[in-house]
Amino acid sequence: MDTTAFGDLNVSRRQFIGTAGAAGAFVFGFPTQAQAPGSAPEITAWVVVQPDERVIIRIARSEMGQGTLTGLAQLVNEELDADWKNVTTEYPTPGQNLARKRVWGNFSTGGSRGIRDSHEYVRKGGAAARLMLVQAAAGEWKVPASECTAANGVITHAASNRRTTYGKVAAAAAKLTPPENPPLKDPKDWKLSGKRIARLDTVDKVNGKQVYGADLTLPGMLNAAIKDCPVFGGKVKSFDAAKVRGMPGVKHVLPVGDRAVAVVADTWWRAKKALDALPIEWDFGAHAGVQQAQVDAMLKEGLDAAQAVVGNSNGNAREALAGAARKVEAVYAYPHQNHATMEPMNATARWTPERCEVWTPTQNGEAALAATAEAAGLKPEQCEVYKIHLGGGFGRRGAVHDWVRQAVAIARQVPGTPVKLLWTREEDMAHGLYHPITQCKLSAGLDAQGKVQALHMRISGQSILAGIFPQNVRDGRDPVVFQGLNAGGGEAMFGYSVPHLLIDHAMRNPHVPPGFWRGVNLNQNTLYVECFLDEIAHATGQDPLALRRELMKNHPKHLAVLEAAAQRAGWGKPAPDVGGQKVFRGLAQCHGFGSYVAACAEVSVSAAGELKIHRIVAATDCGHAVNPQQIEAQVEGSFVYGLTAMLYGECTVKDGRIEQLNFDTYPMMRLKEMPKVETIVMPSGGFWGGVGEPTIAVAAPAVLNAVFAATGKRIRELPLKNQLTRRA
Amino acid sequence: MARLNVNGRVREFEAEPDTPLLWVLREQLGLTGTKYGCGVAQCGSCTVHVDGAPVRSCVLPLSAVQPNQKIVTIEGLSPTSSHALQKAWVQLDVPQCGYCQSGMLMAAAALLKDKPRPTDADIDAAITNICRCGTYNRVRAAIKVAAGDTKASSLDIVHVTPRSA
Repeated sequence: MDTTAFGDLNVSRRQFIGTAGAAGAFVFGFPTQAQAPGSAPEITAWVVVQPDERVIIRIARSEMGQGTLTGLAQLVNEELDADWKNVTTEYPTPGQNLARKRVWGNFSTGGSRGIRDSHEYVRKGGAAARLMLVQAAAGEWKVPASECTAANGVITHAASNRRTTYGKVAAAAAKLTPPENPPLKDPKDWKLSGKRIARLDTVDKVNGKQVYGADLTLPGMLNAAIKDCPVFGGKVKSFDAAKVRGMPGVKHVLPVGDRAVAVVADTWWRAKKALDALPIEWDFGAHAGVQQAQVDAMLKEGLDAAQAVVGNSNGNAREALAGAARKVEAVYAYPHQNHATMEPMNATARWTPERCEVWTPTQNGEAALAATAEAAGLKPEQCEVYKIHLGGGFGRRGAVHDWVRQAVAIARQVPGTPVKLLWTREEDMAHGLYHPITQCKLSAGLDAQGKVQALHMRISGQSILAGIFPQNVRDGRDPVVFQGLNAGGGEAMFGYSVPHLLIDHAMRNPHVPPGFWRGVNLNQNTLYVECFLDEIAHATGQDPLALRRELMKNHPKHLAVLEAAAQRAGWGKPAPDVGGQKVFRGLAQCHGFGSYVAACAEVSVSAAGELKIHRIVAATDCGHAVNPQQIEAQVEGSFVYGLTAMLYGECTVKDGRIEQLNFDTYPMMRLKEMPKVETIVMPSGGFWGGVGEPTIAVAAPAVLNAVFAATGKRIRELPLKNQLTRRA
Repeated sequence: MARLNVNGRVREFEAEPDTPLLWVLREQLGLTGTKYGCGVAQCGSCTVHVDGAPVRSCVLPLSAVQPNQKIVTIEGLSPTSSHALQKAWVQLDVPQCGYCQSGMLMAAAALLKDKPRPTDADIDAAITNICRCGTYNRVRAAIKVAAGDTKASSLDIVHVTPRSA
């Protein structure tokens, strides 16, 4: 322990900025974690220590299955050094964050940023709390804090053989001013972080006790079902409320803005049944005639359009391509997809002229609060959002809180009564914020020896920012489009060096609203690059790994994960047959969300065209690995998400609306299709990368390259269900 | 007044006969561990046992369930979360978001009752529930662990820590 900082502690009484009255006595609306006001001293904003030794670590980011709750608690406690058995967690509310001048920083939980964006300040919150607890004990004993040590929630003054606990000195510690820059442990000295610690939130998920937003019940609560105009941009013309008012349980039939109608009833099922029976006339609006073929044609036009925004370039690719001894060209396409969180969108709202409260599963409590205030017609200070555990997020519950606005709009019409709005699966499928649709034309110029001299990658298609944050698009440039293709930076770098390179984007935005979909643009960009490199390797008779090694000389971290995956999979040696079928391998790698990832897939394809994915070896270098077990879970899950997308993921437009409205027409990969996954976690230190998303991007190209090795058939359009005759 | 036997208790409530069992459980009886995912028997989040058989309760109308049939939900799988599957689920850190896991567990429990040592093919056939987070391999592994098969080689999860890391 570094004890020198103890002298910096200011022992004067702290000023609490909070609005909750007594020091540290927050009133959390929900979920309630038993905490009697005044009995739980807040040491720092991140750490509350109770007299009974229970330690509550505050988590600003949302837990949606990715394990951040546990990882962040590990990081805080690594510095705090309480007994891990005593650690629990709670969410501070967005309203408290507002009142306390964002003491908990950013609540946004997306872009695999939960840990990598906040590790430093949350660790400082833990480190400061430990210094304060030790200082409090030292003050009581009247000894220098530098003579005291703390471990596992116990503070010791060896010289006088005295011991006390965090719980006993917590009240005194809470009165100290937190040191501003407490020293942090070197990750190589971690005891709790970096370990395979079990998640903190498992038990309630195996006995039905975990409360999700859809499960919430408040006294006097009513339930709402909603129908939004099925065509994007359409409106409600009229509805005949009289036809359903007499149905069981129905309380209200309400317009929601100008494009949706809700039925409010005592139970949700009764609300839904009445809504199904409600005659609604729609004005489908300007997009009612749009068909998928038009969307595809719009993108195809962009592939050769004169105008495009350059994302990455060096040399003169156009000239080099024109003079190349040989050219390889291909066009790829990636469809719209829905997030399809298992828990459909939902929010519970209670509105009065003075205050509005919302309970909702959200990836960004602060954005939910802003949406609440706007929809409520109140100031943010008059509103509060209580974050509920998410039944999946995947980007759907982050940037745009359309469902929260709807819930508040309904609640405004029944002042004082809490109303829970729950979407049907069909509503969720019809009103997503879809994975952007793009096409990509790739052209490689080779010299006489088959070496890649030039590469032009023209992306045509949808911009997420143009749909969600248009103020961030300048001169037609959406920088997120080039995810994984950037020349530098620590976020999402292109892993290949080509003498003449041009990567550009012709923005083509269909009317289907885009969103951040787990993996975002890395998904299709990696598919385009990695499958096309495989095409070049095949066209030039090179081994796909050897070709990549040649192009990756300046990208050792990209290459290291690729080599690790290839080596463990047995690249270079034939894979053993499975069930009489020959097994073939495919590779892919990328850098995204700050991490380097690679995969080697093993597949067989029967004569009848049945694909079986047998095994995938995946490697991840995320810099620092806070909890390898959770990283492995994210890698395994990423293959389910990425392979589902590859096999089945496709939302198509008919008459301006999405055609696929449930899992019967928007199929999901199931357990029996899941390959064995072998995960290599190889943190090289020196940086912090995310793990929730990058592996998704390598899933499809690794498998598709293996499919090519098996069949000679190059799949350039997803999903695969439209390509192979049958699947195993 | 309708009547059902749920988790060993006789429950009385008001609901229309066409109300799916799922919504009776969740809304009339307050048993929210059973989840709504699709409403069309596709995803299995709503799986409960009716007389020991796994049933997708979102498409089973109340009128099709007899008051003497024994319904078991996730809340009734064991009184203390101590079913072998629940223990294996905790041991292997199976759930991610957890929303589909009640259904997974109920489907798995029905499988183990029927086949105490299920093969991979048995698991493939019995676990058709959808999980978007991607817990499938851990679900498979945990079923095997609950069935007493703890050989690492039989699990579909392999973790590698390079020496250099």
